[in-house]
Amino acid sequence: MIIPKENTLRTLTIGFIAVLVFGFVATDWLRFLVQMSLATFLVVLGVMLQMRAGLVSFGQGLFYCLGAYIAGMAGYFWGITDAFLLLFAGAAACVILSVILGFLLVRYREIFYANFSLALSMILYGLLVKAEILGSTDGFNVPHSTFLGFAPEGETLKISIFILTIVVVYLVAVALHRYLSSTYGYMGDAIRQNEIRVEYLGASVRSLIHKVYVIAAAISGIGGVLAAISLGHVDPEMAYWTTSGEFVFVALLSGTANVMAPLVGTFLLELLRTYAFEYAPYTWQMILGGTMLMVILFLPGGIWSIGAKRRTRN
Amino acid sequence: MTKLLAILIDGSIYASWVFLMGLGMTLIYGVMKILNIAHGSLYALGAYMSVSLIGFYYATGSYPPMLGYAMLPLAAVFIGLIAGLLIERGILRFMYGRDEVVMLLVTYSIFLILEDVAKLIWGVDPYFAYQPYGLLGTVEILDLIYPVYDFLLIAISLCCAVFVWWGLNKTRVGKLLIAVIHDREMSMAFGINVKLFFTVTFVIGAAFGALGGAITAPKVSVVPGIGVEVIVLAFAVVVIGGLGSIEGAMIGSVIVGIVRAAAVHILPEVELFVIYGVMALVLAFKPHGLFAGPEVRKI
Repeated sequence: MIIPKENTLRTLTIGFIAVLVFGFVATDWLRFLVQMSLATFLVVLGVMLQMRAGLVSFGQGLFYCLGAYIAGMAGYFWGITDAFLLLFAGAAACVILSVILGFLLVRYREIFYANFSLALSMILYGLLVKAEILGSTDGFNVPHSTFLGFAPEGETLKISIFILTIVVVYLVAVALHRYLSSTYGYMGDAIRQNEIRVEYLGASVRSLIHKVYVIAAAISGIGGVLAAISLGHVDPEMAYWTTSGEFVFVALLSGTANVMAPLVGTFLLELLRTYAFEYAPYTWQMILGGTMLMVILFLPGGIWSIGAKRRTRN
Repeated sequence: MTKLLAILIDGSIYASWVFLMGLGMTLIYGVMKILNIAHGSLYALGAYMSVSLIGFYYATGSYPPMLGYAMLPLAAVFIGLIAGLLIERGILRFMYGRDEVVMLLVTYSIFLILEDVAKLIWGVDPYFAYQPYGLLGTVEILDLIYPVYDFLLIAISLCCAVFVWWGLNKTRVGKLLIAVIHDREMSMAFGINVKLFFTVTFVIGAAFGALGGAITAPKVSVVPGIGVEVIVLAFAVVVIGGLGSIEGAMIGSVIVGIVRAAAVHILPEVELFVIYGVMALVLAFKPHGLFAGPEVRKI
């Protein structure tokens, strides 16, 4: 493989190879942790993308859950277990839904955007909770995945899913990085700073936000599919507003300057969650809340901005 | 016929409950432009506090049982003062002037913190305070049996609505507050102590949230996480009515109450879905809610 010259891409590629190697030597639970954080990472990327345009989505769980349920249902009801097909189906469903909902959402900004996206994800939650055929609040188990006819079991299956997750996340991250360094990507920033100026410059803010929303939905859907495949289980909690709140938390904690920023945040969160359940079951939310307050007060650019400041100083 | 009546009564009971929640939220938003996610935690704290006070009161056994009801508002005022003051003076004060979205995230962090505070103080076991619920007996309306306590809820809710309306429209302080709501900077220039108004409003709003929890506590088992669902319900109510509008919160809660009751009686499968469905529907046609004025775009 040729290592790219550009800074972010180079780090991403090296990290990608390192994690891949790490996956073969790591213990089961650690590999699973990496896998789940990477799935979450994709959803956070979706939140981050919107945040760059100044929009906070308190309902990204909608697409996370939709992707996961599509993957689950395809296997459960129609016997489709091919992971690539599931990824495609999950992303496609999210794109279709977000294109439709986008027409409504582009009219909202600030807290109204947050509210409306929250309401939409709660609608899905409300539907799933009462859908007995889908296991109501318990959700249901997702059948084992296959890969283009290759149907591994046991340890091989785990490794296969791991490799799939890494590759998919890498590809999405690279694609998104390309997007962010394109004209469209920078337009998002411009919208956040002053959308009326953007309009005077001749761009349509609405269609830009619509695009951002659809891309974010697709990425989150892929994250959902990966989570469903890794976890082997889906439940309505994925669309609940607290799940979406966690994504916002990570995006805020990490900062929005770079595609790699949320990686740090997601991994920290997953690690914290794993240990907190054991050592601080009653105070871990407090730790989250406290951290978030500190970040808002002292580090408006997120953790990523610490490094960025040093880099500009040099 | 009976079904219709049941929908109406259940709807009003539910509406009066969500109205209390929405009232505090919309008041705080109207004055401070803060959409307070931590409102759900205040609800939970109010519920816990009232359960503790009621338990304590009836455990002594030597006082008249009817006076136990005084514990409910007492709990609300207590939580409103302590938690409200701590949140406003301790945290929010340093954040004023930030974007509304940032404030939303700030209150979200406060919500996370308070969730665990409740667990640290009261533990994770369920609490019950059934005494006030049964004390008033039941009433029969056309074959439908309702606890009188439920009607007490409606009365309390109406009283709060009248109190806020009277306070805002008929008193000097209320008129000053309306001035603050309309134009914060201009009111400051006229010598209104806006900071004090912020603190007082937050405390009153917090007390309404806590009252919502306090009067619900006797009906349910108080467990960790009871505030989580309430937040989105209160959101639905104030967003349907229009953020910052008290009439809006009233209409919103009646809509939500009746719609939910109708769903429960006619088509239970859609109970949860229908509330957010209505919210999305209203937002689709009136992006800022039924009773909110148009926003001015800033350049």
